[in-house]
Amino acid sequence: MDTEVLKTYFSALEPLATFEEGGEWLMVQVPAENWKNIARKVITERNYDFLFCVTCVDFKTHLTMVYHLRGMQTDETVVVKIQLNRDQPEVATVSDIWRTAEFHEREAYEMFGVQFTSHPDLRKLILPDDFEGFPMRKDFEDPINMIKL
Amino acid sequence: MEINHSPSQPTEVFPGAVMDLPGGGVVTSSFQDLINWARSNSLWPLTFATSCCGIEMMSTASAKYDFSRFGFEVARATPRQADVIIIAGTIVNKMAPVLKRLYDQMADPKYVIAMGACAISGGPFFYNTYSVVKGADHIIPVDVYIPGCPPRPEALLHALITLQDKIKGGLTREQIREQSTNPSL
Amino acid sequence: MYSETTIVTPDALQQPLQEGQLVINVGPQHPATHGVLHLVITLEGETIIKIEPHLGYIHRSIEKMSESLTYRQFIYVTSRMDYLSAHINNLACAMCVEKGMQLEVPDRAQVIRIIMSELTRIASHELWIGAMAMDLGAFTPFFYTFRERETINDIMEQTCGARLTMNYMVPGGVMYDLHPEFVARVKSFVVQFKSKVSELEDLVTDNIIFRNRTVGVGVLSKADAISYGCTGPVARASGVDGDIRKRFPYSGYEKLQFEQCLEFAGDSFARYIVRIREMYQSIHIIEQLIDAIPNGDFQAKTKAVIKLPKGEFYTRVETARGELGVYIVSEGGTTPYRIKYRSPGFSNLSALNHMAKGSKIGDLMATMGTLDLVIPDIDR
Repeated sequence: MDTEVLKTYFSALEPLATFEEGGEWLMVQVPAENWKNIARKVITERNYDFLFCVTCVDFKTHLTMVYHLRGMQTDETVVVKIQLNRDQPEVATVSDIWRTAEFHEREAYEMFGVQFTSHPDLRKLILPDDFEGFPMRKDFEDPINMIKL
Repeated sequence: MEINHSPSQPTEVFPGAVMDLPGGGVVTSSFQDLINWARSNSLWPLTFATSCCGIEMMSTASAKYDFSRFGFEVARATPRQADVIIIAGTIVNKMAPVLKRLYDQMADPKYVIAMGACAISGGPFFYNTYSVVKGADHIIPVDVYIPGCPPRPEALLHALITLQDKIKGGLTREQIREQSTNPSL
Repeated sequence: MYSETTIVTPDALQQPLQEGQLVINVGPQHPATHGVLHLVITLEGETIIKIEPHLGYIHRSIEKMSESLTYRQFIYVTSRMDYLSAHINNLACAMCVEKGMQLEVPDRAQVIRIIMSELTRIASHELWIGAMAMDLGAFTPFFYTFRERETINDIMEQTCGARLTMNYMVPGGVMYDLHPEFVARVKSFVVQFKSKVSELEDLVTDNIIFRNRTVGVGVLSKADAISYGCTGPVARASGVDGDIRKRFPYSGYEKLQFEQCLEFAGDSFARYIVRIREMYQSIHIIEQLIDAIPNGDFQAKTKAVIKLPKGEFYTRVETARGELGVYIVSEGGTTPYRIKYRSPGFSNLSALNHMAKGSKIGDLMATMGTLDLVIPDIDR
């Protein structure tokens, strides 16, 4: 797996892509608007057919969606990050490209509040239906249930 | 709260109430003992296992630590036919109404055993969790508590025998409620 | 003393039903041993139109809680997550912390870790056979499989101190050294196991009723398995060869000889056969290692308070259910900033609707049983 080859590929695909150093896999940062097109190209051209982890991380100034992709034949792994605005986090869904994203995106929606546009069924999965707030955000306070250590 | 074990001493006289004559309680109290003995030796548990303690409950049900030799032979899946509910596992806010509904559907007399640290007080999930009920006795009244994470099968057997002794001695919440005149129980 | 409990309308009811359609609930309390899974099933007669899993009945907010525990403490909450492969879960977390600290684990600790993981895998598959046979109505295999499980639990208890949630892995190695009787007991277990598992196979595998209920039921094609993110025996039964122990070996698996068990039919019977063969492969791995455990330290020296440098780390292991991934984002403190557990059951469950659509409700029990779901692993 050659990181330079992948870097040239991603820069050609998306001119605004930036790369982060220091991890064991290549980490690409792309803007939220072009994510759907990149996803469509990447599954057909590079054969990244296995999306194995969809996470959201709350850095206190912004939210970041992290997608871990892997090609089953070649074992190439790539990490795609998308920075989102904290007040109105919106990104396109990829559940029509990788079917596993349907449940993962529902969980990211209920825990962090990220809106996935054109998701077939975006509602709470794990939390009770009448739960208020987004619990995994850093500013979540629940004085009744949470007993601080 | 006074427990009135001998029915021959009335605490309050309500006009028109039937008053027991002294010495008339021998047959009823030994009949009550017989009923208690019969009830305690054939308690049928409800299969209610939410998490890890459920596996230890299954181990207790299997051949090495068999609990059917104590009378817990048939584990019923429906609460209508079960006598005792063994709460094995953590109770979370979403599961609490389900547990309450199951308890309500059980027929009297019913007993509750809280197995494991999570059912006693929230266990390892006590601090910094937004969704765990800190103890099953916030939802339903509990008769026997078993500490451990998870408790050994021998601990569960000890708890079952303790419950049987409680029933024979007339000390479970059911029996206290039946015999006392305190309406708030 | 009866109180009102609120009844939440499932979303399946909010769409208009056609004539002859019915919505039923399976769970959250049901006699199967999977745990608290609530399925809302739309039926037409006995044919399934749609299955909607409702999760969250055992959501213990482990990820939020781990943000306030130190790097030594958070490992032990994960053994409550998928409690049937508790050692392997702990191993994933310990390996992630070691990756962050860039710590070398001594050889003896690596070999002990593999032996414990493979024993756990055997115990998990044994319990799964018992539970699945019970789902299909056969009560006898349950008692037979628990006999092997009790032997393994006793061996573990002598070394680790507990039977189910043994908190034995630490960043740097294992917590205690092996008990002096460990090697002899494992050797006698290996000898006993082979004869007992063939007894179990005679009971279950060649049983005509079992075969009729599982062959051709719940078929998952290879492309669908990859798209839904299925891993573990579910994916291997559809022909996907993604075993983490082979593709991305960890903790000494690269030196061992074992084969990946692949089947290509993708139905419930294939998933059953894959797990039986995996048990034999685990015994083969243990046999290669049990006579040659190297001497040395069982734990590398670490500082008392562990701090990971700023960055993100991802480790993956092969649990009895599939690929468990641990993703730690660290900002340089003593507690992790964000932990995400990529649990295998979460993705395997998302394929259930696709697999069971159009089949009868009796087949649903076979399909759901062979997915081997442990619900606390899904809800975390």
